[in-house]
Amino acid sequence: MPNSRRQFLHASLSAAVAGSAISCGSGPRGRPGASPWRFFTAEEGQTVDAICEQIIPVDRDPGAKEARAVNYIDIQLTRPFKRYQKAYREGIAAVDAASREKFGRRFVELPAGQQTEVLADIEKSSSAFFELILAHTRQGFYGDPRHGGNRNRVSWKMIGVPFPPIRGREHYDQPKAG
Amino acid sequence: MALKHVNALIVGAGAGGGVVAKELAAAGLSVVLLERGNWYSAADCRKDDLRNQRTTVLGNAFGPDDDRNPRVLVDDRGETVVWPSESGYSNNAACVGGGTFSYGAQAWRYMERDFRMRSTYRAVAGSTLEDWPIAYSDLEPYYEKAEWELGVSGDVSNNIFQARRNRGLPMPPLSPNKEYQILLPAAKRLGWHPFDLPMLRNSVPYNGRAACMRCRWCVGFACEVNARTGTHNTVIPAALATGNCEVRTGSMTREILLDERGQASGVAYFDPQNRLQRQTADLVIVSCGAVESARLLLNTRHRLFPNGLGNRYDWVGRNLHAHTYPAAAGLFDYDTYDDIGPGASIAICDFNHGNPGLAGGGMLANEFIRLPYQFMNQVPPWVPRWGQAHKDFVRTAYKRTVTIMGPVQEMPMFDARVEVDPKVKDYWGIPVARLSGKKHPHTLEIARFTAGKAETWLKEAGAVRTWQRIPGPSLSGGQHQAGTCRMGNDPKTSVVDRDCRLHDVDNVYVIDASVHVTNGGFNPVLTILANAYRASHHLLEAWKGSKVRS
Repeated sequence: MPNSRRQFLHASLSAAVAGSAISCGSGPRGRPGASPWRFFTAEEGQTVDAICEQIIPVDRDPGAKEARAVNYIDIQLTRPFKRYQKAYREGIAAVDAASREKFGRRFVELPAGQQTEVLADIEKSSSAFFELILAHTRQGFYGDPRHGGNRNRVSWKMIGVPFPPIRGREHYDQPKAG
Repeated sequence: MALKHVNALIVGAGAGGGVVAKELAAAGLSVVLLERGNWYSAADCRKDDLRNQRTTVLGNAFGPDDDRNPRVLVDDRGETVVWPSESGYSNNAACVGGGTFSYGAQAWRYMERDFRMRSTYRAVAGSTLEDWPIAYSDLEPYYEKAEWELGVSGDVSNNIFQARRNRGLPMPPLSPNKEYQILLPAAKRLGWHPFDLPMLRNSVPYNGRAACMRCRWCVGFACEVNARTGTHNTVIPAALATGNCEVRTGSMTREILLDERGQASGVAYFDPQNRLQRQTADLVIVSCGAVESARLLLNTRHRLFPNGLGNRYDWVGRNLHAHTYPAAAGLFDYDTYDDIGPGASIAICDFNHGNPGLAGGGMLANEFIRLPYQFMNQVPPWVPRWGQAHKDFVRTAYKRTVTIMGPVQEMPMFDARVEVDPKVKDYWGIPVARLSGKKHPHTLEIARFTAGKAETWLKEAGAVRTWQRIPGPSLSGGQHQAGTCRMGNDPKTSVVDRDCRLHDVDNVYVIDASVHVTNGGFNPVLTILANAYRASHHLLEAWKGSKVRS
């Protein structure tokens, strides 16, 4: 569909522009379409996805990765969370820097146990960023799917809240793709 | 083209302004009701758990919007510009109905001693604790009027602490949910006096609207079946039906216009197209809520009132307070969640007064249904905040946790205040509210006491683990905001007289929770409504066709 493709390219492009305006970081931001995300670079998206999964890990029920919490955060960073763009750009860089320093590799390349260690450090050293991503991961996991997370209502199924609602109207927004 | 002159111009279509509009219009006065927000309907419920009026992480559903309405907050971190959906903003909804459009709708009468706090407890060091210039008996007929005209359900006959009432409530309580059934016998075993929460909510069809359908999208949301009662679906439509009232939404008031002698002649406001309009009127009634009412008075400058209207003695904006909400939660070893809204159902008033060594107290009730994301706030302190253990707890405890909480009556503080910021302006170029101050330490002492009682209740009910949540010392505001235009007999220590008329100017009234001297240990809305009926009555007594008698 040409229309949605154009919107997609546009979104990536503005994300790239926003990104380079905010930080002088590295990464393939210059090429439109290189990242599947609206705000994040491809690498940032991977890191955030892994952090979210640490915060709410998979067990017998899906975790934040399967719920697509990263999609929720990415969407909101282009809207109400615009004011947190800088915090994310810097926070993600801090996580990868801490990871390289401690274990010599990017955060996403670490085994789960080492990721937990890095994140526990970040909770203390970059607490403002950690509080943001903690709250946003919870929102993306436990919140309404219409905002891009909680895919297939996985968290609501986990806690056993009956959905869809049997009472009232059914005219609210549909879940967003992604 | 000049707008047609009217008798009464009311700024703010919330609890106070809505009642005043109806009373004045019904008495034959021509009325314009200005509201900066929109007029929403039942169809605006949307069931969005991240964007409503209680959980605002993605914005306020019913205003004000984040783009145009900053405030400045002064606290330990210094000065911060805050936006309406952020904590610290002290938001109340901006829409027709105001807070009553999306609130939980608890409909409490204050107790006799709530109007005589200073006489009852004497001075509390560091607090401006004072008696109201009116007594419970002055409000009693208007409480009844509010209960019957708007419609309150519940059964308070077992509340042995309530003040004398001439008439019961017009509607029976909702049938008990599971939490009610768990908590009722426990409270009785403790020797307390539990009863059915009074609510501005139809439990049966009333006034042409349906009964509550018991859904979980209640406080913070529009009521989908229009069973919850606010001024938007009662008195404001009644005001319109008289043919004497016009509601103008999307209208942001800049200042009250004053003539040479300092009498009000109307207001200047920005219409929905952001054009500056002048609406002249014989009377101006300020009903914007405690923060915005103070802001409007302070933004109204005149040769005679260089520090703001009504502010000759520096009392406008002072004593901003609301309620401190301590809570206790209890984990049970069986499911306590039954998905039957609104959730809050049972209350006690055993600890509102008479607590040894404490200047007051507060009502306790079970909490409204927690939507999954809201449950994050309920997780006990010993559970790690992230990782497997947190997820395990949420999965296990979500349906097994009961929370009891209640509004502690706060000790007003002279330095907890609203000013207008010298630099920051809103979208329309109007100086914004600047909030500063803290809670009184004794308020927190009372909060720790009532949290302990809440925990005792849960233990008695069989909770296997319990924990408390005590708020911090930061400034109280939000939906229960009050106190900034204190009512009193002495112009040197108050802003309005007992009829809610400014001491300074005899054709300007403030009719909302701003005038509350103290705020009770209860949700304030029924008192705001009742006082608006009372003030309207006295206004109309003084009305002489084109002006009010001085």
